[in-house]
Amino acid sequence: MQPLEEVSVLISGAAGQGIQTVEQVLTAIVKDSGLYVFATKEYMSRVRGGNNSTTLRISCKPVYANIDRVDLLLVLNENAIERHRWRMTPSTIVLGEEKFVRDEPNHVVVEFSKIAESFGNKIYANSVAIGVLAGIMNLDVEAVSKNIEKYFSGKSKQLIDVNVSSALKGYEIGRSLGLKLELRKCEEVKDKRLLNGSLAVALGAVAGGCNFVSSYPMSPSTAVFTELAKLAREHGILVEQAEDEIAAANMTIAAWYAGARGMVTTSGGGFALMCEAISLAGMIETPIVVHLGQRPGPATGLPTRTEQADLNLVLYAGHGEFPRVVYAPGSIEEAYELTARAFNIADKFQIPVFVLTDQYLLDSYYLVDELKSVPMERYVIKTDSNYRRYEVTEDGISPRGIPGYGEGLVRVDSDEHDEFGHITESALVRRTMVEKRLRKMKKIIEESVPPKFSGPDDYETLIVSWGSTYLVVEEALKILNEPRIAHLHFSQVYPVPPVAGTYFEKARRIIFIEQNATGQLANLIKQTFCIDTPERILKYDGFPYSVEQIVKAVREKLGV
Amino acid sequence: MFRPEDYDIPNADIAWCPGCGNFGIIRALKMALAQLNLPPQKVVIVSGIGQAAKMPQYVKAHMFNGLHGRSLPAAVAIKMVNPELVVIAESGDGCTYGEGGNHFIHTIRRNPDITNIVHNNQIYGLTKGQASPTTPRGQITTLQIDGVHVDPFNPIAVAVAMDASFVARTFSGYLDLTVEIFKQAIQHRGYALVDVFQPCVSFNKVNTYEWYRQNTYILPDSYNPTDRELAFKVATETDKFALGIIYKNPNKPIFEEQLVPYRNDKTPVALRGLEV
Repeated sequence: MQPLEEVSVLISGAAGQGIQTVEQVLTAIVKDSGLYVFATKEYMSRVRGGNNSTTLRISCKPVYANIDRVDLLLVLNENAIERHRWRMTPSTIVLGEEKFVRDEPNHVVVEFSKIAESFGNKIYANSVAIGVLAGIMNLDVEAVSKNIEKYFSGKSKQLIDVNVSSALKGYEIGRSLGLKLELRKCEEVKDKRLLNGSLAVALGAVAGGCNFVSSYPMSPSTAVFTELAKLAREHGILVEQAEDEIAAANMTIAAWYAGARGMVTTSGGGFALMCEAISLAGMIETPIVVHLGQRPGPATGLPTRTEQADLNLVLYAGHGEFPRVVYAPGSIEEAYELTARAFNIADKFQIPVFVLTDQYLLDSYYLVDELKSVPMERYVIKTDSNYRRYEVTEDGISPRGIPGYGEGLVRVDSDEHDEFGHITESALVRRTMVEKRLRKMKKIIEESVPPKFSGPDDYETLIVSWGSTYLVVEEALKILNEPRIAHLHFSQVYPVPPVAGTYFEKARRIIFIEQNATGQLANLIKQTFCIDTPERILKYDGFPYSVEQIVKAVREKLGV
Repeated sequence: MFRPEDYDIPNADIAWCPGCGNFGIIRALKMALAQLNLPPQKVVIVSGIGQAAKMPQYVKAHMFNGLHGRSLPAAVAIKMVNPELVVIAESGDGCTYGEGGNHFIHTIRRNPDITNIVHNNQIYGLTKGQASPTTPRGQITTLQIDGVHVDPFNPIAVAVAMDASFVARTFSGYLDLTVEIFKQAIQHRGYALVDVFQPCVSFNKVNTYEWYRQNTYILPDSYNPTDRELAFKVATETDKFALGIIYKNPNKPIFEEQLVPYRNDKTPVALRGLEV
């Protein structure tokens, strides 16, 4: 039997059974065993019970996207199989305790709880499961001990030891099952880093000089807040859990006013409450960085699931007219780079900058290379006694001072104001200030992140995507291998980079792939370039696109 | 030494009605700042929206005139980022107790070293005479034409109940008392609430200068503001309203001092990395 190139493992059980523990430890073991891994989870909005799952693609080649196919299904509770049956193939192996798996043709029984109990407590079942899975795939046994030890490092030696022993017992059982799921090891991945989207956003914020974060917890953006809190000591970050999103946004704007570099991290419902503050930032020309992890709405929607339906919300948030920038990272690497960039652009242009991610991107892990360094740019000036906060300039950017740095007074007002920040109802001053604020757009557009193009230059069909679907679409198009299809991906959705127009001009067919029900990017592109955008592939069931789903949808559209 | 006029904004177009209670407050504030010898470059006045919230427009200092009800979160953040600044949040009763009620509660919980001056005229003036959270039950207004049918919010009692570290009330018609309370509030380490009775001469025909003189009394020198039970009793009095420092707890930890970046380095986060 030849070792396999890739195995897709689905681990499924109730909330509270420790699926995330298995995901976290197993991904690290895979990496230390010299293999690539992509992991993504889906979960219900409940603390205990129900059915949650994580899918791990383990491969000797780079893997970056979500797939449906399951080779090995580890079942931890009774409703797991029914919930995931549509993803199973005739060769899917179902692994679990007899009571859960006995009716499946392709089942393998491992009594995780009983084995765990032989070590004194059934809570060690997760460690047994990690060991069994590692054994089945012939992962590095030392990596198993090492990562179990690492995971439990805060606990007593006795507890670490018993978990390691449980995992090693599991490993031995896994090896003895004789399943044909051994993986070929072919590439060195130890220098790479295992990262998920949430940590990438947090690290990007730190790279961008973030030293203030105030938020109100809301799925799926909370992990970014938590990661920043963990980084606070090392990087000197002021962290405050606000009483509500309104306070969080106002605090963050005031923090920038006083000289910090602040971010709020929230989701659509939370951001809805911040819209007034975004308008304030627009009027007082104080920067703010907003990370918005999208989930399905309206209202509470599907609180733990994924969607790309808040583009319109951030495009139009806030009353009145003022410039803004919206980034939508297409990968974990971009989540890092664009979050860092968001701080520099917000600071330079004194505007709100949005980083639009979603549950799928935030909760997905894969291996990344060394992260690109993004130098922090700081634009604060030392004021003199004649300082005018809203000095009218040719490019619309007034030098930004902060209180207590220099002799000047920094006076900002949410009312329309003159160059000193003083309230005014003068029609002339109003026009001057509106024009000054909007004049920034010229330079903002010049600093756009261009869309990414892949595929043949002589394409007929242009597939267009934005945000987290990038890598799923890329893999799907590789599988389709059609010579006349190209892919254009937007990581900056607003302002729409003007260069994008040239790609649309060349295309005979343009198909938008979006994870919302109305094609929000398609509508924006239509409005920007005055082109027809009727062809859309849309998904709005709360679950992320898989590679197979994109392949199928594109085939159906094109009849290939 | 600074003089009160050093905080004047030359040629300021003051939007308050003639005789407005706000004039007494601005005078007292400038006197307090001068007597404390605070350079304008060291002071940030943060406000929300409303006539009271226009205060920083007329005082020479740093100004953050933000959104209705949101002066406190902004003030807290400014203090977090630069604890060397003297931060004064100043707004009306609707802004602070109505729209900003949640922030009021949570700012007391945090206990940042800021001063919160609330212009309490018991009416909405700028929107022409609707009830505010502090308008008494039964009072007839332009909107509550059959009289207000809910109980008024008692900011003093709430602040004492929450163990706020400094709780005071004054009346803008009493200049010396107001200056003295402002000075103590600014000097107090921790959150200091100063609720200021301030007549709205255009829209509140009940709570006039004369009404406040008749219906308030100044706490005697013998009053002990650290006695919380007594403070609560004073805070809930309804026949006459006490003026003075009603409650003080100087032993509460200061919010910004506990923040991670200040544990080993007192340099304001705002100034780190800048050439000072």
